[in-house]
Amino acid sequence: MKTGTIRQILLITDGCSNQGEDPIAMAALAKEQGITVNVIGVMEHDVIDEQGMKEIEGLAMAGGGVSQIVYAQQLSQTVQMVTRKAMTQTLQGVVNKEIQQILGGGRTVEDLPPEQRGEVMEVIDELGETVELDVLILVDTSASMKQKLPTVKEALLDLSLSLNARSGDNHFSVFVFPGKRKDVEKLLDWTPKLESLTSIFAKLTTGGITPTGPALREALPYFDKKRSLRSFLNRDDESFFEESV
Amino acid sequence: MMMNPSLKNLSKISSGTIIEGKWHHNRYTIIKQLGFGANGIVYLARHDSKQVALKMSDNGMSVTSEVNVLKAFAKVQGSALGPSLLDVDDWETSEGKVSFYVMEFIKGPDFLSFLKQKGPDWTGVMVLQLLADLQLLHDNGWVFGDLKPENLIVTGPPARIRCIDVGGTTMQGRSIKEFTEYFDRGYWGLGSRKAEPRYDLFAVAMIMINTAFPQRFTKKSGGLEEIMEKVKQSPELTRYEKIISYALSGKFLSANEMRMEIIQVHLPDAPSRSNRQQKTAKQPPFPRQPARSPVKKAKSSTSVQTRKQFNKGKKKFAALETITIILVISLMYFFYIYSQIT
Repeated sequence: MKTGTIRQILLITDGCSNQGEDPIAMAALAKEQGITVNVIGVMEHDVIDEQGMKEIEGLAMAGGGVSQIVYAQQLSQTVQMVTRKAMTQTLQGVVNKEIQQILGGGRTVEDLPPEQRGEVMEVIDELGETVELDVLILVDTSASMKQKLPTVKEALLDLSLSLNARSGDNHFSVFVFPGKRKDVEKLLDWTPKLESLTSIFAKLTTGGITPTGPALREALPYFDKKRSLRSFLNRDDESFFEESV
Repeated sequence: MMMNPSLKNLSKISSGTIIEGKWHHNRYTIIKQLGFGANGIVYLARHDSKQVALKMSDNGMSVTSEVNVLKAFAKVQGSALGPSLLDVDDWETSEGKVSFYVMEFIKGPDFLSFLKQKGPDWTGVMVLQLLADLQLLHDNGWVFGDLKPENLIVTGPPARIRCIDVGGTTMQGRSIKEFTEYFDRGYWGLGSRKAEPRYDLFAVAMIMINTAFPQRFTKKSGGLEEIMEKVKQSPELTRYEKIISYALSGKFLSANEMRMEIIQVHLPDAPSRSNRQQKTAKQPPFPRQPARSPVKKAKSSTSVQTRKQFNKGKKKFAALETITIILVISLMYFFYIYSQIT
């Protein structure tokens, strides 16, 4: 069974968007392109407004992902948990589709007797260990995030540690919003390791508004940039084979 | 996504509720709630006048995943670390379907409360039991993963350490499924999150530290020094200092190695000396000495070094061999071509 690459956006924010397109619509747009949107709401001390909470949940729901609201201290554990959970969810979706095709009648894994469900779960576990994973990390650097950025950095390094223990390949890229001139700014291009983040994060400046919607919209094409590079390489390979045959 | 009853609703099941399985038709009467976690709720229930623990979750796949692990535990001969699995089924409620599984009810105080009651004399014994079980688990290709005092319960008498949450158990070579920061070597910057026996041994050492620091200290910048600093402050841990340091830095390759050293610590020092040497002569994985003797330590590290050098020498020899062969063959080929041309 071929699952291809799992593509996720991980949005780390502390509140409500206040400029540009409706972020929930942008999350839905991402989902349509096969990209899951996960959201982590970071709060300081119980200060997260109702509206912000609603938006965080709405984003993940529209983006087919997972959302979680945490205190800054628990961020590390949550970031890796959310990423993993979303990955399993996506894989379950893929496996469910296959099973529906086999069984017919809209039946899913949950309709199988518990014994067979266990075997399916083993397949999902195995896939989760080996599948290729692309995570685009989108960090809110509006003024209110200033205190939390060191914790965000720790959490991202921790994520890299967790995911790189898998046998499948990982690619991470990091974007911050608002950017200096644009809505979103690229900090780190696709890379298997996040360690290089340490030096870049120290220089980050915070401030400004929270254009979550535009940031999501502008981040989406970056998945294709990566893919187009790879398909270019692949095409090269193929043409080579054609010539040699 | 199918609509399932939320975790919150599941936590409100009142005592006396009868849960009947859809597939196996067993009936369980809820007695009371035992625990509540991110992955589900555990109830004490009655089945055929026997007490059992019943775990349900709004996430059916997490139930399935844990059941898989419990089945794997059942295959580990002679280990009683995890609870035994009794039943897996679905419960159909008016709100939707809930997956649950039923396991043996393990009764007793948790690890830290037990030690608080009984005193630090029991730390060594409990850790020895735990290590013996871990060795069996490791031998079968698994790593426990989320080892922590909250997950450990002491049943008895006779006192026996058991584990109630097996959700983190991972096949060796994969990435650790679940962990708790304080007991995770990755968090302290002392290793990867790849499932291997040494991952569990790190957690065991942290559990030992936790017995002396029930409040758990917070990480500053991580690293071995920082933890050992704390260990040195505790009089209870002095006798285990070296063992803890070895386990934290991944120098024990198996649970058995660590176990042997803890046994050594508890042996009376003077009388059985010759006996001891005989015993350990077979497997000397750990420079055995009455604490702080830098000479021995240095010796062990040099032995590792010489082994490395030996390997290097071997590699060098192999490379030389390859080059010689290539040279000879190309020379012969050259003469052959030369003879063809002329």
